[in-house]
Amino acid sequence: MSTVIQSGAAVISDQQAAPAPQTPVIELQGLSVRFGNREILKNLVCSLRGRAIGLLGPNGAGKSTLINTLLGFYPPSSGSARVLGHDIRSGTRSIRGLVGYMPENDALISKMSAVAFVQMMAELSGLPPSAALERAHEALFCVGLAEARYRELGTYSLGMKQLAKLAQAIAHGPKLLILDEPTNGLDPSARQRMIRMIRDIRDSKQLQIVLCSHLLRDVEDTCEEVLILKQGRIAHYSNLEEERKANKRFLELETYGANGDFTEAIEKLGCECAVTANRLKMILADGIEIRDIYRLAAERDVRIRRLNFRRDTLEDIFLKAMEN
Amino acid sequence: MAVYRRSYTSYTGALTPAWSRFFVLFRYSRKSLFRSKLQTALFVLSFFFPLLCLISIYLAHNLSFLERLTGSNRLLRIDNQFFFYFIYVQGVLAFVLTAFSGPGLISPDIANGALPLYFCRPFSRAEYVLGKASVLAILLSQITWIPGLILFAVQGSLAGGAWTWEHLWIAGSIVLSSMIWIAILSLLAMALSAWVKWRVVAGALLLAVMFFGAGFAQAINAVMRVQSGHFFSIVYLMTTVWSSLFRLDNELSITPGEAWTALLLYCAICLALLVRKVRAYEVIR
Repeated sequence: MSTVIQSGAAVISDQQAAPAPQTPVIELQGLSVRFGNREILKNLVCSLRGRAIGLLGPNGAGKSTLINTLLGFYPPSSGSARVLGHDIRSGTRSIRGLVGYMPENDALISKMSAVAFVQMMAELSGLPPSAALERAHEALFCVGLAEARYRELGTYSLGMKQLAKLAQAIAHGPKLLILDEPTNGLDPSARQRMIRMIRDIRDSKQLQIVLCSHLLRDVEDTCEEVLILKQGRIAHYSNLEEERKANKRFLELETYGANGDFTEAIEKLGCECAVTANRLKMILADGIEIRDIYRLAAERDVRIRRLNFRRDTLEDIFLKAMEN
Repeated sequence: MAVYRRSYTSYTGALTPAWSRFFVLFRYSRKSLFRSKLQTALFVLSFFFPLLCLISIYLAHNLSFLERLTGSNRLLRIDNQFFFYFIYVQGVLAFVLTAFSGPGLISPDIANGALPLYFCRPFSRAEYVLGKASVLAILLSQITWIPGLILFAVQGSLAGGAWTWEHLWIAGSIVLSSMIWIAILSLLAMALSAWVKWRVVAGALLLAVMFFGAGFAQAINAVMRVQSGHFFSIVYLMTTVWSSLFRLDNELSITPGEAWTALLLYCAICLALLVRKVRAYEVIR
């Protein structure tokens, strides 16, 4: 079974300050990857254009394999894929020139200082030595390792190593940043710092991000689009940004003193309502704003004690995808 | 340098040519190599014998009383045998230097899991191997064929144009015999460095391949009463090739052609081992 997803990113892009590019960030065209007898990725088809794309799935779903295939580390057994318009079979070198990659595992040379390591990686990406050194300092400042940049990487804590990996991924100024489990093993405050950093980079609007994680909060906090993988297949695609906007029409009210008259008045506005005890769930009709609800409540002496936008969290979406 | 940008900015400057990027690895690896004082000391020691040879050449041309003193005119004869011994001694020093520096080339990258970071850039596995091999190639060239050619040039300038023209083939032999030895040592050291994560163990293995290989070859020859055991001894194979290149009539039990074939086979095996191991991620099937 293959899942065909037509991203609604064009709609999003019109509403963003910096429109998403015409070329999809990732385009999967029946991509399958097989290791021996095991088929790890099964006929994936989709087109993703968002500025920050989340790859979500339980352990072993194929997220890292997909990333490694996009980077040309694994050959596809069938189908193909394009990254920023470059085919992964014929344009591996071009793709790698545009990408910054932060791997999941420890990948730092422990005997090197952070600044030397990041400079070397930037030089390997094609920067001249002087520019690479300058960019290495900037990247380490950017991720918050300025004070520790001359220390050997082997002396870094896990959180610092994650930041150093991020620094080497952004030092050469990539167009696409691929982050594989960036918050792995981080304590809550370090995780918060990392997420803030990713959001800052995303909001700089100078590059696009693919974030691969099994942590829903990480993806929810940083991404606009989510692709959920399960056992090598696409289980669900969700445009979080659109859903956030769409969910603004879903309201949950907790009222005091409401009666059938209030519900009737809301329904007359064209809203769908459901009443449970002193709670009222509704879907706002087009053209109806929240202030109209407040006005009706004031006219009928109904007190609104709580008003929530009730929307599916990413957890709800994820669980539904897993059940399906 | 003032660092004033604290937020992410993209890079819009010029890029270096793709072909030159392997040289980045050369620079960084060489820098880390010479952080070791022992390595530096060994490197410096490797120039003593060439210096001795240089003095010998000078003496051979300027102090004829030495011949009268010793009664032999072969004592300081500068010929193909002289350069053969020069390459032989420098070859041994090259091996010692490789045993110290070679194992640390690839093993730290593999032990630290850094290969994905190299290969997620526009930088191929071949360029990686080339970059690492160039460290050894240039290091060993500095103590083998480069001083060898300098000695040949000095001898040529002292002996005159006729001698130089007549013995020009020795210059070719110096370069070719050094090249094949450098290739063997570099590939072997890198293959072992790639397969053994621990630097010390990789160094020990390199010594074992050379010495136990020679011992194993002798054992096979003695037990089975054959001469084909020599194919397991890289040192014997090299001596055969060098003898043929320097046109010496050493009594050797395998032909130069066989020795060349065996050495090229060893190189191919090392390359295959490198190709198998030097990759971003290993696929577990």
